[in-house]
Amino acid sequence: MDSAFDLLALSPPGWGGNLLMGLLRTIQIAAGAYALGLCIGLFGALGKLHGGPALRWGLEIYTTVIRAVPELVLILLLYYAGTDLLNVVREAIGLERTDISGLWAGIYVIGLVQGAYSTEVFRGAFQAVPTGQIEAARAMGLPRRKVLARITLPIMLPYALPGLSNLWLITTKDTALLAVVGFSELALETKQAAGATREYFMFYMAAGALYLVLTLVSTLGFSLLERRMRRGQPQQT
Amino acid sequence: MPDDPAPQTPAIEVRALHKHFGSAHVLRGVGVTAQDGDVVSLIGSSGSGKSTFLRCINMLETPTSGQIFLGGEELRLKPGRDGLVARDRRQLEGFRARLGMVFQSFNLWQHMTVLQNVVEGPQQILGLSRADATERAEAHLARVGLWDKRDAYPAFLSGGQQQRVAIARALAMEPRVMLFDEPTSALDPELVGEVLKVIRALADEGRTMLLVTHEMRFARDVSSRVLYLHQGQIEEEGPPEQVFGAPISDRCRAFVASVH
Repeated sequence: MDSAFDLLALSPPGWGGNLLMGLLRTIQIAAGAYALGLCIGLFGALGKLHGGPALRWGLEIYTTVIRAVPELVLILLLYYAGTDLLNVVREAIGLERTDISGLWAGIYVIGLVQGAYSTEVFRGAFQAVPTGQIEAARAMGLPRRKVLARITLPIMLPYALPGLSNLWLITTKDTALLAVVGFSELALETKQAAGATREYFMFYMAAGALYLVLTLVSTLGFSLLERRMRRGQPQQT
Repeated sequence: MPDDPAPQTPAIEVRALHKHFGSAHVLRGVGVTAQDGDVVSLIGSSGSGKSTFLRCINMLETPTSGQIFLGGEELRLKPGRDGLVARDRRQLEGFRARLGMVFQSFNLWQHMTVLQNVVEGPQQILGLSRADATERAEAHLARVGLWDKRDAYPAFLSGGQQQRVAIARALAMEPRVMLFDEPTSALDPELVGEVLKVIRALADEGRTMLLVTHEMRFARDVSSRVLYLHQGQIEEEGPPEQVFGAPISDRCRAFVASVH
């Protein structure tokens, strides 16, 4: 081994391949969790704004509890308690015990957390839509569903986008918390590589660089998306 | 014509409309009837209830009681949480499709181009093909003199241009009756004329219209009948020569004198 950088080679004895696999799993979990969170958030916001009292209270409890408890605690709680609960249910209906795959557990747990935050982001964005724009659609006889899909949602999204782009960046880094339940995403892969080679500095710097690249690419994507969505609005100066 | 042997079905008829906002009784039994081709103007000071009345006709506001007929068909209503609501959403949507509404603040959809704004209703509500809806929309945009702005977004147009697009958007639905809610009140003075010109052309071609306005001279010129509202009631009603020239009510006389 002539140089420490050889340890970053993609094939063994280099650990680069492991790191990239970790990054891939990080992206998989983040994307899945984010998508789940957006769905929960969209329905959560609509429920909070237009739902009945029971639904509104339920959503209020959900967003308050999830945002109050540290994510690490939630992940441990939902992962272990969730697995237990699933197995209790499976045994009750006569199925064998099973282990949840780390990937799906991660997506559900982080998605649930993201859902609470994006509920609030969407709620604020819905309220920012000028009522006249919705009235114009209703006054024309556009059915409710089409008012939502064709008028309210596209006008709401640019208001939500800055908040949503923050949430995406937080999601990508929340995946590192899954290391505590033994899921081999980027953080855990890095820890193992660093521990095995004692090259802590280099591996953690490499992991940091990978997270940075992910962030830069995401930021670029979101700013292009925002520019496209705001194309009907004059440039703010 | 009161002695017409075979009275035609009115294009629109509203009977005894009442509206409460909390404890405030803002409409106290207001009614209006317009035959096809009639232009009925509603005038009155701010807070007289004229805009609220117009917004009750297409149920953007919920009336407390009253009846609404469009071409002889009654809108079926039932008691809701704070007033009457439509018994049948589909019927209400059909009513709204036949009532073209033009707002004070234009309310063009900001995420759509001018053309998309006008295409939306015919395509999504009337079910026209994209090509047919586009052809219709372009014709109406040409009418209001904004065909060359069809690919612009509303935020880049002047207020007068936006309101003309809003009129084209309402016209593209080919409504039975047009409702104008103070269409020039949000405009800079130099932009009022271009919008009134479009509305006048519609009146001249025999469109049925209800017009809430502060433009007294315009109301006098284009209306077949004028209603003066005061504190939620019709205080004076008649042809423009009467309401503006020789009102019976003292309040109406004072109002007309104050705004002239």
